Amino acid sequence: MQPRVTVHDAAVRLEGPLLFMHRTLDVGLNEAVSVAGRDGAPRLGRVAALDEDLVTIEMLEPASGLALDGTVVRFLGEPIEFGVGPALLGRIFDGVGRVIDGGPPLPVKERLRVDGVPLNPVKRATPRSFIETGITAIDLMNSLVRGQKLPIFSGGGLPHDRIAVEIAANARLRGEEAGNFAIIFAGIGVPYTTAEYFRRSLEQSGALERSALFLNLASDSSTQRLLTPRFALTAAEYLAFECGKHVLVITTDLTNYCEALREVAGAKGEVPGRKGYPGYMYSDLATLYERAGCVHGAKGTLTQLPILTMPSDDIGHPIPDLSGYITEGQIVLSRELDRAGVYPPVNVLPSLSRLMKDGTGKGHTHPDHPALSSQLYAAYARSTQARLLASVVGEDGLAETDRRYLAFGTAFERKLVSQAQPRTLEDSMDAGWQLLRMLSTAELSRLSDAQIAEHLTHDRVAEAAP
Amino acid sequence: MLGIRVGPGLLGHIFDGLLRPLAEPTDDPAVGARFHFTPTSSVGETLAAGAIFGQVVARGARTQYALVPPDVSGRVRAIAPESDVSDEQTVLTLALADGTQTEVALSHFWPVRSPRPVQARLPSDEPLVTGQRVLDSLFPIALGGKGAIPGGFGTGKTILLESLAKGCLADVIVYLGCGERGNEMAGVLEEFPQLEDPRTGRSLMERTVIVANTSNMPVAAREASIYSAVTVAEYFRDQGLHVALMADSTSRWAEALREVSGRFGELPGEGGYPAYLSSRLADFYERAAKVRTLNGAIGSVTLLGSISPPSGDFSEPVTSHTKRYVRSFWALDSKRAHARFYPAVNPLQSYSEDALDLAVWWLKRYADVPTSRARRASGENEWLELRREFLTLLDEQARLERMARIIGKDALPARQRLTLLAAELVNEAFLRQSAFSPVDRTCSPERQARMMRLIAHFIELANDAANRGITPEQIAALDVMRPLARMSEDIGEDRLDGFATLEARMEQAFAALVPQTEESHAA
Repeated sequence: MQPRVTVHDAAVRLEGPLLFMHRTLDVGLNEAVSVAGRDGAPRLGRVAALDEDLVTIEMLEPASGLALDGTVVRFLGEPIEFGVGPALLGRIFDGVGRVIDGGPPLPVKERLRVDGVPLNPVKRATPRSFIETGITAIDLMNSLVRGQKLPIFSGGGLPHDRIAVEIAANARLRGEEAGNFAIIFAGIGVPYTTAEYFRRSLEQSGALERSALFLNLASDSSTQRLLTPRFALTAAEYLAFECGKHVLVITTDLTNYCEALREVAGAKGEVPGRKGYPGYMYSDLATLYERAGCVHGAKGTLTQLPILTMPSDDIGHPIPDLSGYITEGQIVLSRELDRAGVYPPVNVLPSLSRLMKDGTGKGHTHPDHPALSSQLYAAYARSTQARLLASVVGEDGLAETDRRYLAFGTAFERKLVSQAQPRTLEDSMDAGWQLLRMLSTAELSRLSDAQIAEHLTHDRVAEAAP
Repeated sequence: MLGIRVGPGLLGHIFDGLLRPLAEPTDDPAVGARFHFTPTSSVGETLAAGAIFGQVVARGARTQYALVPPDVSGRVRAIAPESDVSDEQTVLTLALADGTQTEVALSHFWPVRSPRPVQARLPSDEPLVTGQRVLDSLFPIALGGKGAIPGGFGTGKTILLESLAKGCLADVIVYLGCGERGNEMAGVLEEFPQLEDPRTGRSLMERTVIVANTSNMPVAAREASIYSAVTVAEYFRDQGLHVALMADSTSRWAEALREVSGRFGELPGEGGYPAYLSSRLADFYERAAKVRTLNGAIGSVTLLGSISPPSGDFSEPVTSHTKRYVRSFWALDSKRAHARFYPAVNPLQSYSEDALDLAVWWLKRYADVPTSRARRASGENEWLELRREFLTLLDEQARLERMARIIGKDALPARQRLTLLAAELVNEAFLRQSAFSPVDRTCSPERQARMMRLIAHFIELANDAANRGITPEQIAALDVMRPLARMSEDIGEDRLDGFATLEARMEQAFAALVPQTEESHAA
């Protein structure tokens, strides 16, 4: 480690969370610094930019009270690191990895850089194992696979927090790895009430002991917000790749992260891109999302379930748009379904899981799972067309087939998507087959004759017989 | 100038954007980069630039050629005997015209931004067979052509490109993962060695070079990766091979260009992209060609680039500039993708400027396929005719569906309801093709021709039936409709006569139809 260097009275400008000072010594990008004002209290920061004359320091704690005179900057000579250990499960941290649950300090086994290192694609193993979340619209229709990054695109006021908590409580692995599961929960810029809700719910469901919480509150500084997911992911990587656990990282709300990115980029005077977000937002988000994965030779896996709220429900907004291009699918929540009382209000048509093909079907879940899901998709898509038609010509004006599809669509939302209790995959599949009985078998072109015989006509005869 | 080493060690391996190997080198000298070299030239012979001077076999892979670099020529002063060599070791010494001499190894250095020279560019009259029905039969691409696949997220760009990499009939595939997902690269690395090359029957990985610069890898290397990949493609073309380059995604490359340009403080143009975006895109796509190489062989580079337009809006700069240079445009559509209808190629927005040039090639394929049906004696190219029939039908469908939305489907006249029924069959049976189905993941031109004919025959029979007073609903209720809709899944390459059986069954079904009276229809 380099010696720590202390610089006095070199500050030339203070702007929001940024401190500009004369470059009097050779420091590296992203190195950690500690800044003390006249009050003597140290504040954490990092070197954000360097040029010929100036060092730009990003303050991770409120800069209020700092002045140009009397400010002392200590360069710590190392990148920002997080001291991790297996005991971090069951603990609660703030946005930059400091224990805030009132317990003893965390026994540190290893210090890791929070930036992480890009994973060489050759070292990645293909994600193949199914995770059961208990939500039919995910398990049956858009399955989550270990090592995947599958965001939830939500909107303000939609019950994404409840879904996140329920997934954290109910998600399980199938098979012998079932016990080896851990959850990292990162709240980014969340209001105090939401943070409390997460903490209490996890405690009550007993999931807290297999979880670690990282809470960056809405009132914390926006520069700190940029680090919160990185601390959480560093902890997750440690648990997954060093301790061999299957880790699910739930981050909420990535929109707050992107807002902070825009705010800090603006303060640095960078050229803004689409809607004022910096041009490198795609690359920056990729450094977070791409930390999900499976690694050859490591027992554990890292799965990400980030939650983001689409500003004014616009899926074309840069935040969901860029995320969708990086992540392996998306689960989209719908305000219309929410209003209709469907919980969880998942709109399955725009939802997608890209890795579903690798983790479902023969040898993974049920051999007929992919075909069933594909058939349900085709039928539901058709039912939305019928609904459109009905909105103009009225239900009575529809052809027989279209009327059947109309009924199917409603039943699909009420009986399959909507659920009061978590379901196993088997229950979800049963519900799916049940729904398909509403349609004539001739319409089911995504199913093979054998699948129809086994799951649909066979029972029909059996039901009719007695 | 940024350059890369191209040589026999590329096939079957994965590299980063600057063509540095991503896999760790093996320590085992038997497996390491050793190549078996057999000279085909001798001392005293004069070798022109780009000439072949030997054969190279990498362990467990196919034969390649050793090339004199395109910027060197001279008389052979010394050449290595048949032996095992590494790809950087000198195997050939040439005396140059100016009296100096130069040493040549199996691999050589080439600046990525300069196209490798060729003798001549040739017009292309044969397609790159992709194995995807909607592309080959409706929107084909020529060997040495250029195509773009734009689509919002989740419309299946990557799956389509991967299907093409697996199923297309090229000799060498260069797969560029540019600013995309690491897991996808891992998937390709795991899956390709287990699949079979449709041309040679050997492992698919043996014909593949992967250049990967995932989204979390450095941005400057992402900007360079597209040039590295196309240079690799040209190197194999110079050996007389047909090469297909899949670039996923050119938008990420353009964004890297934007990011680098922004850091230089250049004046931003449309969408923040530098003003030279369109000329850079032109430089890239213009490197696609079918050529006579310096050594007289025929080779080609076909470029296929995916585009990720922000919020799926095709009017953005990368899509609109790319459109000016490509000849095949395969627009992916989120509505189709939402219904899990893949490949989600929208037949109304897509086009192929190569189609007419390829008609003669297709006519020959159709001539090889036996038919029971009397050919319509229009004397026109059957493929062009069928293609136009299908496209008109799909266009008509879109129009009628808009109308049905206002007046209701039932209010349409019988003839138009029949059009909708036929269009649905074209979509379900012909255009839809599952990338994961073992039977249907690729489709030979012969099978495509049979399917196209069978569906056209259905339309004919249905029209005849309608003239006899049969309602579209009667036709839709026929038992034969389900096997027709599922023919792509049920009838594989190994039992093509299944189409004839199905056709016979269809003819019988139509023959048995009798018109309903008005009362029975109302009931």
